[in-house]
Amino acid sequence: MERTLRDWRAVLVFVGPALLLYALVVLVPILWSLGYTVYEGSPIAGFKFVGLDNYVRLAQDPTFWKALWFGTKYALFVSAGQVILGLALALLYAFYLRKSSVLVRTLVFLPVVLPTVAVAQMFAKLFAIAPQYGLDGAVQAWLGQGSTAFWVIGVMDIWKAMGFYAILLYTGLVDIPEETIEAARLDGAQGWTLARFVVLPLLAPITVASLIFSLNGTLKVFDSIMALTGGGPGTATTPLTLYMYKTSFSYGEYGYGSTLALTLALQCLLVTLLIFWRARRGASRE
Amino acid sequence: MQRSASLPLPGKTHPGGRLAWLSRLPMILLVLLVVFVAVYPVVWIFLSSLKGADEFSSAPMWALPQALHWENYARAWTEGNMSRYFVNSVLSVIPALALVIVLGTMAAFGLEIMRWRLSGAVSILFLAGIMVPVQIALLPLFTMFFRLHLLDTRLALILAYTAFGLPLVVFFLAGYFKTFAREVIEAAIVDGASIYQVFTKVALPMTMNAIVTVALVQFFFMWNDLLFSLTFMQNPEMRTVQSGLLAFTGQYGQREWGPTFASIALAVAPTVLVYLLLNQMVMKGMAAGAVKG
Repeated sequence: MERTLRDWRAVLVFVGPALLLYALVVLVPILWSLGYTVYEGSPIAGFKFVGLDNYVRLAQDPTFWKALWFGTKYALFVSAGQVILGLALALLYAFYLRKSSVLVRTLVFLPVVLPTVAVAQMFAKLFAIAPQYGLDGAVQAWLGQGSTAFWVIGVMDIWKAMGFYAILLYTGLVDIPEETIEAARLDGAQGWTLARFVVLPLLAPITVASLIFSLNGTLKVFDSIMALTGGGPGTATTPLTLYMYKTSFSYGEYGYGSTLALTLALQCLLVTLLIFWRARRGASRE
Repeated sequence: MQRSASLPLPGKTHPGGRLAWLSRLPMILLVLLVVFVAVYPVVWIFLSSLKGADEFSSAPMWALPQALHWENYARAWTEGNMSRYFVNSVLSVIPALALVIVLGTMAAFGLEIMRWRLSGAVSILFLAGIMVPVQIALLPLFTMFFRLHLLDTRLALILAYTAFGLPLVVFFLAGYFKTFAREVIEAAIVDGASIYQVFTKVALPMTMNAIVTVALVQFFFMWNDLLFSLTFMQNPEMRTVQSGLLAFTGQYGQREWGPTFASIALAVAPTVLVYLLLNQMVMKGMAAGAVKG
């Protein structure tokens, strides 16, 4: 039996093809991309070694700082919305609708599976048609000005994903042992007191996981903004992903594009570590 | 399978009484509102796709269509080039889906059931692929496909979809194999089955549900992709449904509302249909994928 399970040739047959493809298409390009950050140019124009010039340029590039800030602001707003609304929905499913919540869960999840491009096109058309009928205050070029476009994109992405976080948190909720809640009720906890002091603390680990997942996803936002505003007007709604894309493919600056991609990867990593650290500190304090 | 914890909320605490439902009315309205907000935009796409051009400027935008302009779909299909984009999408997504499932299932089996010295390290290598943003691999990948003359070919998309889908498939299925009764596998080996027979006759049948679930999740990722398609398909004829939709609605969107909405409806139709048929599996798969990722 050991011989059958330790057959290295069989291991190679099973894992080899996947690992090879994954290494060639994912791992090698990631390392290659790090190499690009010390070059200037493109495959068509040719490459020139420039040392740390791209990093110096990054530090001095106002568009980069603006994109970094926009992306961070957007991620914070949308993640807060996704997790808070998701939590509210999960509580609604688990404690109000209970077993009859299947249909509601199914319908609220529907936007999650829709293609972002189609949803963004729908929102774009909605805001292009709507102003003709709206109240005076609502008649604005919603997507034509950076300040209002931010809210439209944010609301759209919250709407699209809240059903997903609701399911995630609902799964955590139904995993809470009934005896725990029963015991708290016998101790006199009821309604929102019970939710606030018993249910939500027990749900904290999965809430943190949702937040990490959401921040990671929203920092990488591309489709919705590309399809809704194209990053405009000007660069008003341009996050790092879009700036990286334009730098690379509109201007053919691969070195600088890769440097921007690296900052995005670092930002995602930082957020993940930060929340892990906060969660651990929070857990050890209790 | 799911236990429902019972927590009395305001409005649920007065049992009996003929007017009891009245106290529940606000919550009932809230639930209806939530469902409406989630679902109506999808219905609105469909309703708008059947409207005539004049209805977008004269009638209220939420109104029902006055006559059913099915020709909007014909125009989206031909003038909007959706037929071409559908072919491109289907011919990239189906092979990629088959490939990612076959390779991913085999790899998960090799890593989890066969457990060798480096299987932990290789698993972590796959996990890294879930954490890192796609963008960081995009430029070298473009260069690579450019040099190999793979730009504007479906093979480029198939390779990208498969490779970037692998981490999730491997993790999801490795998690499944972990819950396997070791004895079942050992019994099969004692009975003289080869490792390949264990894979096809024991492991595969026992994981079929999980495989279908993860395949569904991959289908949504691939069908909904914009970034790879936009990057690797420079020739307009090679666009997939989503990048094609972006180009079409950008070009004609201000003048031809009906066909525009028809093309949006066509782009969402496969995902909506698959979801309506298999929603429980899709939800379970996406949630499990997120927790593992």
